Amino acid sequence: MSRKSKGSNEKLVNGLRSVAASLICILAGLLIGFIVLLFIDSKGAFQAILTIIKNFFNYPSGPAALKYFGNTLVKTAPLLMCALSINFCYKVGLFNIGAAGQYVVGAGACLYGALGLGLPWYLCLLMAMLAGAIWGLIVGVLKAYFNVNEVISGIMLNWIGLYLVNILLKTVKEETSPYTKTIKSVNPSALLPTAGLPSLFTNNRYVTIAVPLSIIIAILVWVILEKTTFGYELKATGYNRDAAKYAGMNGNRNIIVTLVIGGVLAGMGAALLYLTGFEQWSVTQSSVPQMGFNGIAATFLGGLNPIGTIFASYFIQHITSGGSYLDKAIYPSQISDLISSIIIYLCGFVLFFKQVMAKRSAARSEKALLKQKDEEKEPEKGGADK
Amino acid sequence: MGSNAADKAASPASQYAVEMRHITKRFPGIIANDDVTLQLKQGEIHALLGENGAGKSTLMSVLFGMYQPEEGEIYRNGRKVSINSPNDANDLGIGMVHQHFKLVQCFTVLENIILGVETTRHGILQKDEARKKVLALSEQYGLKVDPDAVISDITVGMQQRTEILKMLYRDNDVLIFDEPTAVLTPQEIEELMQIMKNLAKEGKSILFISHKLNEIMEIADRCTVLRRGKCIGTVNVKDTNEQELSRMMVGRDVQLVAQKKDATPGDTVLSVENMTVPSRHHKIDAVKGVSFHVRAGEIVCIAGIDGNGQTELVYGLTGLEPVSSGTVTLCGQDITHASIRQRSQYLSHIPEDRQKHGLVLDYPLDYNMVLERYWQKEFTKGGFLRRAAIRSYANQLIDKFDVRSGQGAATITRSMSGGNQQKAILARELDKDHKLLVAVQPTRGLDVGAIEFIHKELIAERDKGTAVLLVSLELEEVMNVSDRILVMYEGQIVGQFDPKKTDPEELGLYMAGARRQEVKA
Repeated sequence: MSRKSKGSNEKLVNGLRSVAASLICILAGLLIGFIVLLFIDSKGAFQAILTIIKNFFNYPSGPAALKYFGNTLVKTAPLLMCALSINFCYKVGLFNIGAAGQYVVGAGACLYGALGLGLPWYLCLLMAMLAGAIWGLIVGVLKAYFNVNEVISGIMLNWIGLYLVNILLKTVKEETSPYTKTIKSVNPSALLPTAGLPSLFTNNRYVTIAVPLSIIIAILVWVILEKTTFGYELKATGYNRDAAKYAGMNGNRNIIVTLVIGGVLAGMGAALLYLTGFEQWSVTQSSVPQMGFNGIAATFLGGLNPIGTIFASYFIQHITSGGSYLDKAIYPSQISDLISSIIIYLCGFVLFFKQVMAKRSAARSEKALLKQKDEEKEPEKGGADK
Repeated sequence: MGSNAADKAASPASQYAVEMRHITKRFPGIIANDDVTLQLKQGEIHALLGENGAGKSTLMSVLFGMYQPEEGEIYRNGRKVSINSPNDANDLGIGMVHQHFKLVQCFTVLENIILGVETTRHGILQKDEARKKVLALSEQYGLKVDPDAVISDITVGMQQRTEILKMLYRDNDVLIFDEPTAVLTPQEIEELMQIMKNLAKEGKSILFISHKLNEIMEIADRCTVLRRGKCIGTVNVKDTNEQELSRMMVGRDVQLVAQKKDATPGDTVLSVENMTVPSRHHKIDAVKGVSFHVRAGEIVCIAGIDGNGQTELVYGLTGLEPVSSGTVTLCGQDITHASIRQRSQYLSHIPEDRQKHGLVLDYPLDYNMVLERYWQKEFTKGGFLRRAAIRSYANQLIDKFDVRSGQGAATITRSMSGGNQQKAILARELDKDHKLLVAVQPTRGLDVGAIEFIHKELIAERDKGTAVLLVSLELEEVMNVSDRILVMYEGQIVGQFDPKKTDPEELGLYMAGARRQEVKA
C-alpha cells in the first residue's frame, strides 16, 4: 500500500511542477512583452498589455464578449489538433515539424472536397484526415526504411504541400480575389454541424462541433498513450528503439503508424477550422500557415501532456486574438504577433524551469536531512565523550 | 613508518601522495561516504574495494573534484588542498580513467589526448610536438596505441590506453582507475596489470577501484575496503587472502566458487548449422559458418576475447540481426528467419548491454518487467494495459529476486543501480516461459555478492532442465559455471573443451588463435 501512495504522490508533485513551470513561462512572456510595449509607447503600454490579456473582454457588453469568445474557441480547435499531432509523435521520439504541412494538405483536401466535389462535411473531414495521413506516411516511410531525419523531410513536405494546395484550390477560388469561395454560398452541406452551440455564444455560427470534438480527441490521445497496450509499445519505441526491438516490437511499423496518426490529427485540425467557414484559403499565400508551428509551442507549454495541451492551446490562441485589438495607430500591426511569439518562445523553457524546480527541491530535502542528522548527532556525541 | 599503526597518526607525513581524512558525502536519502579515511603512499598501488553502491566511485569523485564533501579534508603531499573541479585536480597532478571513457568518438587518439591542453601557434594547432611526446610516453610505459586511429574504430583496450596516455600527457602522478578491468578481455587485463606495475615502478601513485579480488591480490600493495559508505579497514595485500577480503567487503562469507552437481544433459534444444552473420561495421562476416548445439540441462559457455563474433552470434540466435546463411533450430522448429517475438516463446535472453537492449530506462520498473509480455492476455484486455496485474506481477518478481529500488515497482528504472537493473532483467527472463536461456556477460560489472547470486540462478536453471548458453569474457566464470566450453576466435568456433579437463592457459591459447581443433557440432 505505502509503495503505491508514494508513487502517486510523486506523480502529483511532478504534475504540479509542470503547471507551475508553464505559469512561470506565461508570466515571464507577458512581462517581456510589456517591456517591449514600454519602449514603443510608455504611456499606453499598460493599457495595451491589458488589452491583449482581456481579448474578448474588451467588448463592454456580455453578449458581444461571448460571441468573440466563440471566435477564440473556433481557432483554438485547429491549434489543439496540431499540438496533439506534435505531442503524440514526440512521445514516440519523433519531432513532427511536418504537422504544418499535414495541416496544409488537410486544408486543401477538405476545401476541394467541399467546393470542388460538393461533398458533405463528414466526407470532407475524412478527406482532410486522409491527406494528412498520406503526408505523415511519406515522412514515416522515409524515416523507417531510409533513416531520413523526420525534421528535414517534414519541412520539405510543408512547402511541397503548400504549393500543391495553392494549385489545387485555384480551381475553386473567387473570380475577383485570391480567396477560395465561401462554403456557405457553394455547398452549405459541407459546413460542420453546429449542434446548437451558436446559441451559447450569442449566435456565433462558427462555433461548431469542432470545439468539443478537439477536446474529446485530446482526451483520447491521452488515453491511448497512457492506458493502452498500443501506447505502451509506442512510448517504449520512443524511449529506446533498441530495447523495443529486443522486446519483439516492430520499430519500423511503429514509426510509420505514429507519423500517420500525427498526420491524421493535423489534417483533421485543418478541417475543423476551414469547414466552419471562419476563414477562406488564399491561393497566393507563400508561407506555410503558422498553425502547425504554434502547435509545437502549445505542446511544450502544455507540459507534453495532451490534457495540459488543451489549456495551453487555448491560452496561446487567447493572446493571439487579444493582440488584434491593439490600437494599430500606435503599435505596428505585427506587435501582437511579436508578443505572442515571445511567450511562445518562452514556452520552450517549460522543461528547463521544471528541471530547476526539481533540483531546488532536491537540495532542500538534502538540507533538511543534514539538519536532522546534526540534531541526532549532537546528543550522540555528548554520550560518546563521557 | 610503513606500519598500520602509523597510518592512524594525523601528522601530515609527506609519505602520502594523497590523504583523504574523514570524508563524509551525503546525497538526498543516503550517506555515500561516512567518515572515510584513505591514505595513498607515494609509488604504491592502492586498491579500493567495495560492492556496487559502497561509495567507491563517490569517494573518487570527491578526490577528482566532481563532488564537494560535507566534511573532511584532502591533503596532497602533506599540504591541505581544496579541489573544486576536475581542473583543480588536474593542476594537482591527479588524473582519472573513468569507467565509462570520456573520449570524443570521432576524434583520433592524438586529438583526444591533447584535447584541452593543445599547443597552438598563432591559433593553429601544433600536433607534431604532441605526437612526439605521446609516442615517447607510449614507448616508456608500454602503452601501444596508434595516434592517428579514430576512437570509434579502435578496441576498448586501446581506448583505455588512450585515457591513460591522457593522464600521463598532463604529467599527472596520482592516477585513479575506476573499475578499469570491467570492460576488458583477459589478455587486455593482463596487459593493463603490467602497465600499472610499470607506472608504479616509475613513481606514479595509483588508486585502483575494483571489486575483483584476484586482480587486487595480483597487483595491489594495500587495499582499503568500503561497505555501505563506511570504511571497514585498510590491509596489506600480502597479509590477507581473497576469502578475508570478500568477507570484509560483503560482511559475510561468500562462496567464490559456484557449487554444482554434474550435468545430466537431455534432448538437444538449440542446434545451429553453418550460421553466418554479417558484420555491421566491416565487409567481412562477423560469424563464419558456426555449428554447435546446446542440450537441455547443460550450460554451454562461449569463451573468447571480445570482438570475435560472440555479440553477432547472439544477435543471430535471438533475431536482433538477420542471419545471412545457415539454419538455427530451436525445440525442433526452424527459427532462422522467425521474428523476435516468435523466438521469445522458447527463448529468454539476458542481453550483453542491459541499458541499450534490456531495459527502457525511462519506464517504471513494473513496465520493464513485462517488456516482452505486455501484449499477453495476462497483462492486456481489449487493447488496454491491465495496470493492476502488471503491478502485482512486478511486485512478485521484485520480492522473489530481491530487486532493490527507491520506490518499488513504480521506480523509474534509470535511477536504479546497475546491479539491481541486471537483477530485474534476470527476474524477467527467468520467470518467462523458456527452454533456452541465452545469457551474455550476465555478471559484467557486478560485485561478488551479485555474481554469486547470478551463478546460483544459472545453475538452478540448468538443474530445472533449461538449456543455457552463456557468453562470457571472464575465464574464471567460464571455468566455474560451464559444463562445456566452446572457444570462439575470429568468428569461428576453434575448440571444444570439458572444463574439468582443461585450464585457463590452454583456453587462452585457443582464444588468442595460437591453436585450433576441428570441432564437430
